[in-house]
Amino acid sequence: MKNNIMTIIKKEFTRFFTDKRMVLTTVIMPGVMIYLLYSVMGMGFTSQFENTENYQIKVSVQSLPQSLKIIAEQGTPIIFSELSGEDKKQEALENLADGEEGSIVAVFPENFDELVAEYDVSTGNPAPAVEIYYNSSNTESKSAYGIMKEVLDQYESSLANKFDINPAEEGYDLASEEDMSIQVFSMMVPMLMMVFLFSGCMAIAPESIAGEKERGTIATLLVTPIKRSHLALGKIVSLSVIAILSGFSSFLGTMLSLPKLMGGEENINASVYGMKEYAMLLLIILSTALVIVALISIVSAFAKNVKEATGWITPIMIISMLLGVTSMVESLCKTEPIWFLIPLYNSAQCMSAIFSLDISIVNIIVTVVANICYAGIGVFILTKMFDNEKVMFSK
Amino acid sequence: MKELLQVQNLKKTFKVSAKQQKIQGTKERLKVAVNHLSFTAYEGEVFGLLGSNGAGKTTTLRMMSALIVPDEGDVLVDGSSVVKNPNEVRSKIGFLTSELKLEEFFTPNYLFDFFAELHGVEKETARKRKQELFEKFQISQFAEVKVANLSTGMKQKVSLVISIVHNPSIIIFDEPTNGLDVLTAKVVTDFLLELKSQGKTIVVSTHIFSLIEKICDRVGIIIDGSMVVCDTLENITAEKCLEEKFFDIYAERAGESYEK
Repeated sequence: MKNNIMTIIKKEFTRFFTDKRMVLTTVIMPGVMIYLLYSVMGMGFTSQFENTENYQIKVSVQSLPQSLKIIAEQGTPIIFSELSGEDKKQEALENLADGEEGSIVAVFPENFDELVAEYDVSTGNPAPAVEIYYNSSNTESKSAYGIMKEVLDQYESSLANKFDINPAEEGYDLASEEDMSIQVFSMMVPMLMMVFLFSGCMAIAPESIAGEKERGTIATLLVTPIKRSHLALGKIVSLSVIAILSGFSSFLGTMLSLPKLMGGEENINASVYGMKEYAMLLLIILSTALVIVALISIVSAFAKNVKEATGWITPIMIISMLLGVTSMVESLCKTEPIWFLIPLYNSAQCMSAIFSLDISIVNIIVTVVANICYAGIGVFILTKMFDNEKVMFSK
Repeated sequence: MKELLQVQNLKKTFKVSAKQQKIQGTKERLKVAVNHLSFTAYEGEVFGLLGSNGAGKTTTLRMMSALIVPDEGDVLVDGSSVVKNPNEVRSKIGFLTSELKLEEFFTPNYLFDFFAELHGVEKETARKRKQELFEKFQISQFAEVKVANLSTGMKQKVSLVISIVHNPSIIIFDEPTNGLDVLTAKVVTDFLLELKSQGKTIVVSTHIFSLIEKICDRVGIIIDGSMVVCDTLENITAEKCLEEKFFDIYAERAGESYEK
């Protein structure tokens, strides 16, 4: 009998690629949406930082000490406005309570600097007290309170300054720009890739197998002389290619938007990786897609309809995500080749190793071979299922 | 005459689900759908399977077309066993049943080429056959219309055409005119007669007496999964018309009067 694998692959591709809506929702939208989402999130973070940098807090203050005035002028965002008299203080407090005015009201004792200089901790007498009034329901006031408290804490520390830690602003963090990129990519991308690949598979495999069962079109295929193994292999290969396209779209969206997501960190970019890393990543993604599609196809073949298949696949997706998260937990990262026989865990670990530029060729080989074997087992099981009338014609 | 299709002692049992048990008011966990059924179809003849709904006609045809496996017995299709060589059987027969649906996203044109490829039909042969069949069934003008947008009658015509894409010598049709309007039903009936004139062996299941009387050479009447009568149409209708004969047999075998 003629080899019909290509016929099935061609049919699945025709079904997918001639359906504009399907191409849009499965291949184009994930990448675009991720890019937009991450970029908008990143812009949000960036503007928050920028706002913080330009942020100025207004402090209405009674009896402002000279020492604090000098500290405040040295690069703090505080602008003092002095309150002369009890009436002005009361008015400022009322405005603050009503939420009409932001920021805070600070009340210092008269001759604060002298009182501080004269104060002896060993006497046990109460220390000079500063009162800071704020309105916790007002975000501006609440954050101004935090800043003012921090400035005062620094001032208090400076009174008994015995030593400094890292007095210069830069030069102590020895991590290079490349290291930062590597850390970000190796932490985040493996888990995201697992989710993207699984989502890509979920979008098409249940429809192609459970959907065909539900609509009765699989029976039309099964009365033809096509070998069940050819049907299974044709489905798995074609669905894997489509899932990879979907995963690639998401991957591209992530890689392009990740620097923006990291608060506009221009230092984070994927150029730290070369062709070798990308080739290995492709190999891992290909073999992982085969495993995921095989798994979803088997579950879909068992299910009576797409809805049931999706319900069964969801817990598997959660397990897959958890296995993806292992790349973020150092204690769960193993390097012995035996661990790379565990499906999906091996893929997440390999991707993490590739992004960390800490590649073990043996582990990559073990992962790819193991994944191909698991996909082969999946094809075998699916073949048996296609031949099983109880599975194929269950209602 | 050559025995082209030999159904030998077929038996098929299905499990009855708890839901079905409740609906049918039975505690039986197994239902014998086909019970040691045998018959032979000779080369060039049209064999009709007559029976009520649930009699076991469709299950028999599905076993004959290697879609499901018999619990016992075998079917030899031009010498090939459905149990031992199901794929060989599938390549020799054309099977049409209402359960087999076409993917609605595709056009008749695409589906014909796709199934021709699966059956290993040469491209040029497939092209000529497509042209001939599409013209005969007036599909040509709808060849590039998605199946989803076709009428029920046109869908049935496309299904019929696709089931015989490989020009099989044995054709198995399950209720071929079911749900069709009179015009489409006539086209299908005429086509069956044409296939008969071409010397094809046809097994057709139906509960439409007129269809049996019009096209069949021999008839098997199935009641509760068992073949109760298998003879030529002439012999069966020697005394009474087919409809009367069927109900007589049905009342006698089923132990109840259909008149109730």
